[in-house]
Formats: sequence, C-alpha cells, structure tokens
Amino acid sequence: MTDTAQPAASLSACPACVAAPSALERAAAAEAERGARIALSVPDAHCAACISTVEGDLERLPGVRSVRLNLTLRRVLVEADLDVTPAQVIAKLGELGYPAYELDPGQLSMTETDKQGRDLLMRLGVAGFSMMNIMLLSVAVWSGATDATRDLFHLVSAAIALPTVAFSGQPFFRKTWAGVKAGRLDMDFPISLAIVLASGISLYETLNGGHHAYFDAAVMLTFFLLAGRYLDFRTRAVARSAAQELAALEVPRAIRLTAEGEETVRVADLAVGEQVLVRPGGRIPVDGVVIAGTSELDRSLLTGETLPVFAGEGLVVNAGAVNLTGPLTLRVTAAGRDSSLSRMAELVAVAENARNKYTSLADKAARAYSPIVHIVSFTAFGVWMWLTGGDVRFAINISAATLIITCPCALGLAVPAVVTAASGKLFRAGLLIKSGSALERLAEVDTVVFDKTGTLTMGTPEPQNLDSLSASELAVGAALGAASSHPLAMALAQAARARGALPAVLEDVAEVPGHGVQATWNGQRVRLGRANWVGASALDVTATYLAIAGQTPRAITFADRLRPGAQEAVAAFQAQGKRVMLISGDVPGAVRALADRLGIADWQAEALPDDKAAVIETLQAQGRKVLMVGDGLNDTVALTAAHVSISPASALDAARVASDIVLLGTSLAPLPEAQRVSVKAVQRIRENFAISFGYNIIAVPIALVGLASPLIAALAMSVSSITVALNALRLK
Amino acid sequence: MEILALLIPVSLILGLGGLAAFWWTLKRGQYDDPEGDGQRILRPDYDDRPKP
Repeated sequence: MTDTAQPAASLSACPACVAAPSALERAAAAEAERGARIALSVPDAHCAACISTVEGDLERLPGVRSVRLNLTLRRVLVEADLDVTPAQVIAKLGELGYPAYELDPGQLSMTETDKQGRDLLMRLGVAGFSMMNIMLLSVAVWSGATDATRDLFHLVSAAIALPTVAFSGQPFFRKTWAGVKAGRLDMDFPISLAIVLASGISLYETLNGGHHAYFDAAVMLTFFLLAGRYLDFRTRAVARSAAQELAALEVPRAIRLTAEGEETVRVADLAVGEQVLVRPGGRIPVDGVVIAGTSELDRSLLTGETLPVFAGEGLVVNAGAVNLTGPLTLRVTAAGRDSSLSRMAELVAVAENARNKYTSLADKAARAYSPIVHIVSFTAFGVWMWLTGGDVRFAINISAATLIITCPCALGLAVPAVVTAASGKLFRAGLLIKSGSALERLAEVDTVVFDKTGTLTMGTPEPQNLDSLSASELAVGAALGAASSHPLAMALAQAARARGALPAVLEDVAEVPGHGVQATWNGQRVRLGRANWVGASALDVTATYLAIAGQTPRAITFADRLRPGAQEAVAAFQAQGKRVMLISGDVPGAVRALADRLGIADWQAEALPDDKAAVIETLQAQGRKVLMVGDGLNDTVALTAAHVSISPASALDAARVASDIVLLGTSLAPLPEAQRVSVKAVQRIRENFAISFGYNIIAVPIALVGLASPLIAALAMSVSSITVALNALRLK
Repeated sequence: MEILALLIPVSLILGLGGLAAFWWTLKRGQYDDPEGDGQRILRPDYDDRPKP
C-alpha cells in the first residue's frame, strides 16, 4: 500500500507542482488531487490498434477513471482511485502484450519540460509569422520599390520585426548574458550580436531613408536558430522523460524494529546498530549482518551470480540484494555515506567526471566559429573605416552584413537536425538516446563489452533436464515448486505446467526458509531444495535437488534463458569487425557455457565491479573505444567508465542513470543497427559543417567587399539552412 | 498605389489571425502527441463525441 500512498502524498504536499498550463491538464490535475495518477512507459505501442487495446482494456479495470496513451512519447497516463497500484496496471498491460515500466509519479519535471517546450514553440511561431510578413514586404522592395514606398515598407517591417526580435530572441540573449557574466564567448554571442546589430542598423537606415534594411535577415536568423534549438530540446526532452524519470525499482524505505514494534522509515534515517526487518520479496536496504532468520538471497543485480545464496545468522549482506524465501532481521553495519551503495555512487561520480571531458562536434565547431567570425567582422569594420576615411555608417553596415551572412543558421541546424533524425530512427527501433553526444561516441566504438546476467541472458532460469525425470517425479517437483517463491522452484513449476504435467497431491507442505520445500506424498516425505538438505551431492552448475524418500535424489539443472536477439547482436558486431568481450561476476562454468554458445572467445568470469571498470580502463588506455552493455549494480562503474554505454529498460535504476542509451524493448538485435546509424549520423553532421563552410567561402568575401544586399543575405541564409536540413533527412 | 493602404493591413490581420490560431492550438496541447492524434482519427470510437 505504500506504493499508492506515495504519489498521493507527493501531490497533496505540493499543490503548485500539479498546476499545469492548459485547462485540460488543470482539470486532470484537480482530479489527481483525489485519485492516483500513474504514468507508465510503453515502448511497444505504435499503432491505432494499440490505442484501442490499451485504452479500452485499461479503462475496464476496476477503479480506473481515465486512460490516455501518448504515441509520440510511448507513454500511458492513468487516472485512477487510490487503491489502484502501478503494479496492477503493469500486469494488465503485460497480459495485453505490452511490457511497461513505471515512470516517476512526481509530475513536476514533466510539466516543467512541457512548459519549456511550449515556450520555445511559441517563440518559434511568432518568428515564423513575422518572417513571412516581412518577407512579403521585402520582396516588394527588392523588386524595385523606391522612395516613399520603400521607406513605408521598411517602417512596417520595423514595426513587425523589433517586437518579434525582442520576444523570440530572448533564449539567445539570456544565454549570451549568462555567458558574458561567466566570462566566456560561446555560440550565442555572435548570434545575439548579429540579431541586435542587424535590427539596430536597419532601424537607423529606415529612419534616415537608407536603401538597405536587414529586418528580414534578423528575423529569419532568429527563426532558423530557434528551429535548431527546438529540435535539440525535443530530442533531449523525450529521452529524459522516459529514461531518467523511470521510477526507482528500490523503494527507499525500510522496516525498523524497535522496542514498540515495527515502523516504516526512510532508509536515510537508519543509523548503525539499529535492527531492520526484510520480508521475503523485499530488497535489502542497507549493509548489515543477519541476526535472525534464514533465507536465500538473490544477488544477481549486485554481483551477476544467477544462483541464490543461503543466508543465515552471522552472514554479512550488502544493500541491493533481494530476500527470497524467509524473513530476515538485520543489524545495520553501515548506513548513508558509508554503505556499499554510496561507495559505488562515488566511483560512478569519479568516472563521470572523466567522461564529461568529451567535446562534441558542435562544441568544436562553435569554438572555431565564434572567434573567427568576430575577428573577420571587426577587421572589416576597421579596414572600411580606414578606406572610407571614417564613414562609421558604411563600416558598421559591412560589419553587420558579415555577421549575418556567415551562416550561423546552418551551423545551428547542422547538429540538431541530424540528431533529431537519428534519434527518431533509433526511438522507433526501441532505443532512447539520453545524452547529446552519445551518438557521436557510439559512432567511434571498436570494442563491445557485454555483461552476462540480465543483459545477454534474461536473468530467468529454465530447467534443462526435465526429460530425464519420470512422470511421478515431475508431478511431485511441479507441486513442490508451486509452493515456493524461490526462482528455481517457480521456474520448475512453470516448465512442468508447460509440459502438461499435473501436479501431484501433497500434504503438509512446508517451506523451510533457506533450504527448500518439503511435504508428504503418498505417505512418503518429499523434498525440493539445496543439495545438502535433501541429501544429494552438489553439482557445480545452477541446480535444485528433488528427493523422494527411498529413491536416489535427482538433480534438476537450470540454464539462464538467452535474451532474444543476443545471438544476432553478437554476430553482427563481430561481422562489423569489432572486438566482442563478455565480463561477468558469475562462476566460470556458466560464463564459459554462454561464451561458447554465442561464439565469444574473449571472456572473464568472477569479476568484481572494480575489475570490470579496470578492464575497460585498460582497453581505453590502449586507445580502444569501448561500448559497455550492462544492467546490474555491479556494472554501474563500468558503464560510466566506458566511452559509451547501453542498458536495458529492465536494468536497475542506477545502471540506467549511468548509461547513455536505454534499450526499451527486450531484444538486443537493434544494437548493431544503432551503431551503424550513429556512424551515418556523424558522417551527415560532418557533411553539414562542410556545407556551411562552403557557403561561407562564397558569401563572406561578397560581404567583405560591400556587395552584400539584404537579398543576398536572405538567399544565403535560407538556402544553406534548407540544404543542411535536407541533408539530415537523407539519414537512412 | 493607394491600394497598399488597404492591402498591408489586410495581410497583417490575416497573419495575426494565423498566429492567434497557432497560439490557441499550442495552449490546448495539440502538439503533445502528433503521432497518436494522427492514428486516433482512424478509429470510430469517438466519432460521435470526442474524448475529453
């Protein structure tokens, strides 16, 4: 019930957060005051039929008030009564064939993103409207309007352009001001300078009856650059809303045992020495020592081991493991900053710093562009002042024309247009690009490192030798397995059911936490569980053991199911000539088996989180560019250390945050395709820079000698911007 | 040339009308899900009364 209480609490605790801009959303928010609002990411929704299925079937769930599926963001928003949990909705969607992941119910950031997007779009719309109207008047001037008519047209243009520039140019002016205050000149400075100078000069010329006014250029510049900004924003907003706002899998709450009884507290409030109860199915919230209870722990997300480990009194446990069969009482040994989780977070932060040093192509271009444009423009001003003997008006005109004509529009569109085209393509293939430079980094990759459990495999075991069991053994195994929540037992019961085996009728079924399940069958004692408990000799592979009194115990071995597309992805990467490696925290036997199956020659087992990162750092020190694909807590440092990283949507929160790209679907097959698309995208970006540069080589000399007219400026600007956008759309 | 006195305001008013329409669609959230809206028109579910 804590699940449902939480969103309600956060909503009522912060009424301002739900104040959405539109009337429609305001109504929805008011309703949410009384009910729960559940946001889910549904990556597989893509068609009109999906809308009918998802909305129709979810609306029939008891307690659900309204459902809206957003196909653009692949997201479904459910308004429901407080007792409807996200888990129920996710289960229903699963039945319908749509895997879903919960999004952060705190709507604040989502509304914030919407607001920013609408704000940019509004400015873009205003700039577009003005551009068209001014162009209409400008065409008349270019085609020969003179004297009073020309001056009137210029005046009308000014009346439209100046408010537009003041309103639509704000994002650039604000960034420039912030940059100037911080003492740096970025791309926004020449842009703002060009817009302001062009408007100012044109106003002066208009009032003095001059021939040339650049109002159309100023507004067009604003329009094209805003278009680039908006595309850039959209790409990032879509990725961020789905990837980073995916709700944390681990609820940051714990059950504290005190003299008065149990109480639910925040993990941050726990102190060393206190006692914590962890129920079966719960995640261990802190590092500690088991002081009471026996159970089994699933540490696959922490270490990559597929086999659960026995937990009894005295065992030291780490935060993040999942308790499977029995309740455990822990004494906290490390909380907050000292816990293994926050040590991991610190390692991630160190690795992150190293990666942030990457300079994207856009940054490189801006760094080269800004100073050159300023130097050229000021030199032109100086030279013409000298040549004309101090004609300030003429010199400033030349200098402004140079600034306008250097095509910052094409430069501003060069990267966002390509990135939008590429991200859209990858989004349809089921990949979310979270970081702006991820595409460029992905394009450089020459080594691919995979994690095993949960990445190349699904992390769900499947029994391997059911054929060797007799019908009665299978029936007993199925019945015993169904009585437990241990993953191996559940997998056995499910596989037996799939084979049509009828579970045997058992009596006195009892689960012995940490050991297994036992019961009486036809007057005989039967057990399913650990080797030493049932009296069998343990094998070195993942297995559970079935003992029927009077018969030799049977071992049922398990193998992890391969993730769909894993084979194809590995083969395709190898065909592209990339080095493929497998590094896992699991035992050598299991890792070798998987490596052989996939044809990976390069593998390493029993790797600790630091080992994984160390392998990647060694590879990168050799000049290799590593793509890390992983999902566990033990992969986070490696994910951050790698040149670029991908994690599946089923991965742990920390791993998804650490990676640049999130894989929304189940299959790994889109990965090589994504790499190919990224190589193409970088090629298009480079071509776009070449195109802008080419235009400059022709246009700048024309501006410098004073031949640039507003017509030439408008032509150069629109033709270069459109060429760049069309080139981006060529991305296949 | 006197016709200009009429044509310029007319063109501006028409443009402003377009801008107002754009502003209205933006406020109504009509650009939130372009793909979904495109698919929704293919369904008969809300032909009589649009979904709120």
